Amino acid sequence: MSKLALRDEILLQVEKPARYIGNEVNAVVKDKDTVSVRMAMCFPDIYEIGMSHLGIQILYDMLNSFEDVWCERVYSPWVDLDKIMREEHIPLFALESQEPVKDMDFLGITIQYEMCYTNILQILDLSQIPLLAKDRTLDHPIVIGGGPCTYNPEPIAEFFDMFYIGEGETMYRELIDLYKDSGKKGESRIEFLRRAAKLSGIYVPMFYAVDYKEDGTIFGMKPTEEGIPETVKKEIEMTVSDTYYPMKPVVPFIKATQDRVVLEIQRGCIRGCRFCQAGQLYRPVRERDVEVLKGYAVEMLKNTGHEEISLSSLSSSDYSKLPELIDFLIDECGENYINISLPSLRIDAFSLDVMSKVQDIRKSSLTFAPEAGSQRLRDVINKGLTEEVILKGAAMAFEGGWTRVKLYFMLGLPTETPEDIKGIADLSNKIAAIFFETVPKEERKNGKVQIVSSTSFFIPKPFTPFQWAKMCTKEEFIEKAYLTRSAIKEQLNQKSIKYNWHEADVSVMEGVFARGDRKIAAVIRRAYEKGCLFDSWSEHFHNDVWLETFEECGISVDFYTTRERSLDEVFPWDFIDCGVTKNFLKKEWDKAMEEIVSPNCRIQCLGCGAAVFGGGVCYEDKN
Amino acid sequence: MKIRIKFAKSGAIRFVGHLDVMRYFQKAIRRAGIDVAYSGGFSPHQIMSFAAPLGVGLTSHGEYMDIEVVSAASASELKDSLNNAMVPGMEIVSVTKLPDDAMNAMASVAAAKYTVRFREGYEPDFDWETQTAAFYARPSIPVTKKTKKSEVEMDIKPSIYALESVKDENGQGVIRMMVDASSSGNIKPGLVIEAFLAENGSTLSDFALEITREDTFTNAGTEDEPVFISLDAVGNEF
Repeated sequence: MSKLALRDEILLQVEKPARYIGNEVNAVVKDKDTVSVRMAMCFPDIYEIGMSHLGIQILYDMLNSFEDVWCERVYSPWVDLDKIMREEHIPLFALESQEPVKDMDFLGITIQYEMCYTNILQILDLSQIPLLAKDRTLDHPIVIGGGPCTYNPEPIAEFFDMFYIGEGETMYRELIDLYKDSGKKGESRIEFLRRAAKLSGIYVPMFYAVDYKEDGTIFGMKPTEEGIPETVKKEIEMTVSDTYYPMKPVVPFIKATQDRVVLEIQRGCIRGCRFCQAGQLYRPVRERDVEVLKGYAVEMLKNTGHEEISLSSLSSSDYSKLPELIDFLIDECGENYINISLPSLRIDAFSLDVMSKVQDIRKSSLTFAPEAGSQRLRDVINKGLTEEVILKGAAMAFEGGWTRVKLYFMLGLPTETPEDIKGIADLSNKIAAIFFETVPKEERKNGKVQIVSSTSFFIPKPFTPFQWAKMCTKEEFIEKAYLTRSAIKEQLNQKSIKYNWHEADVSVMEGVFARGDRKIAAVIRRAYEKGCLFDSWSEHFHNDVWLETFEECGISVDFYTTRERSLDEVFPWDFIDCGVTKNFLKKEWDKAMEEIVSPNCRIQCLGCGAAVFGGGVCYEDKN
Repeated sequence: MKIRIKFAKSGAIRFVGHLDVMRYFQKAIRRAGIDVAYSGGFSPHQIMSFAAPLGVGLTSHGEYMDIEVVSAASASELKDSLNNAMVPGMEIVSVTKLPDDAMNAMASVAAAKYTVRFREGYEPDFDWETQTAAFYARPSIPVTKKTKKSEVEMDIKPSIYALESVKDENGQGVIRMMVDASSSGNIKPGLVIEAFLAENGSTLSDFALEITREDTFTNAGTEDEPVFISLDAVGNEF
């Protein structure tokens, strides 16, 4: 076993030292003398969150299946260790070898949410790697970004040597071979990057220049050299039943957020909710073969010893073999005392039946995500859930013994009126009323029903029909939350309804980063230098520092959030081709304004553009 | 069938706390395919009991847990399959079958034996190796034991069953001690060393000690005339 990077005295004074020691079950340790490429894969948040992310587990498994590569993991040191590492100039290390990240060939960083941007700088800084790509030399690792936020990589472009746009299974082998070849030929760093920029899915920001109009919007973005592609097309794995999947995921010592086997049953979503970025980015829907999944489940449970398995997808109810898969899991898991967790199921007779078999009804709650309070607004956002379906589902659930219901809504959606907001209170009240109608007094075991209604603030995201939408100001958001609260207080069953709302400050910042351009990078760097870190942790988010930094850098928050965007505006992310066309998104935006719903992919193809990938739901029943 | 498992903990995993070690073993038992017994009720869990929690950072040659199995071929097979499911630093030392009337691991614990080393740069500034005997010869050793709520004055001398300075296998001076580890009277080795240093006009700084639990014992004698035997001496081969 290798020596730990941190001295005992340090490990004994930080919270949860097991975050930093590696050596977990199924961690891959190779002899560094037998590999030619070393890589650190990073999730820029604490270990417990990073270890719960499936994407990194897939990449870790795939990269380590390459004999010439050793891939290790690295996560953000929590603030206590961060302080010590800075004071003592201890370089950030990878968990498996406990050796410095700066000595690796590649540092891959997955970027799952905008509020981790300062953590990316922490990772680079603690690793003793220059923050700006242009300041790096051959002695530094190639820093690659990946994940959903890289569909608008511009606010963080100058921190990365390259971005890998799309799904990781397809292009890493080629990239690594190119790196080895470039090394053999003794090429410069820039020459390697130049060659990499020509690979499909690879975006190397330094080879692109952005021109701005006088009003601050983008005039155009062009490659600075001949041979560099104008658009970067997302990578996608079309053979999802025959690709890399981690049969031996690493089992953390400390309890991770996802302390279970995760079975990804499909990618993509047929639904096309207009606010949802994932629903567009991961098109087309590709289902995994049910027999393959059964095999994975058994194998992964055996190799990890986990006592729970969870299905993962954007909308599990749309998986065509769901009943068969669940029956198999119930048989297989029941006798081995393994729990089954089923998130993102639509509430109907089937799902209630399944849930009553796999969960303790007394302890579990039902979740509905109407997202908007009125049918009108649900039509605008293309959320196909009707009040009738919700109330019917709730009635069935109450009959089945459930007494707790969670409801998720968004505030600040395009075209929203006070009436729509009052609809949130109204719907919550109707669900409570259904309970009292459905369950006779003598059968109300816990006495009453508990409805928890939560609202988050709508943030327009790139590659959605709402990418043109005006976002609300913080004040507008707060006003909407107050209106929701007072409307709920007015309800007959208000005692059964609990209302939670998300913080507005951080939503505004997320809005800036989501649709930001290259100019935002200076603000992120300055805010980091002023101590901003772990911005997704509310106790560490300093809104005042952020606002002050925007001002200092002469950057307007409103330009990115509340500004009306014209339909012909060039967006910072327009150079990326995710399959779904801008034209399709425009049509959906127009339909939203007309309150017209769109059918899902299985009912009717709307020609979004994703058929270009030649498979998945676009070609179902067409063979 | 009740099974007592003795294990050793060293290396990086010494930074994994007691509750996480329990979770680790629940998963290891599944990986090893052991036919473990589960409790009844809505959320069944493996029937498992640990002897004495080991603090974060300590290593041990003598940790114990009891599990209940529905079936098991032999002790050696159980030991091998568990060892195959371990991470570096965790080792199953022995597997024995407990008599039906045996007390569970936690209730059985009476004493523990420790080896204490001073980390490099943290050695006391007096001749501690020769002073140990004099310290242990004192009729009483008063200390202030801090709990969450208050500070209690107490004499720990009756709770120390042996204390000496010896050389370890590398010729390095260490302190060995046997102290009360029962749930009602547990004494941490650090507390003893702190009293020893205080007695000699020195103070114990944080992180100075490297502590190894050598073994955990139960009392096979009486309260007045204890006979300490290893926890796995209670069980039998099978």
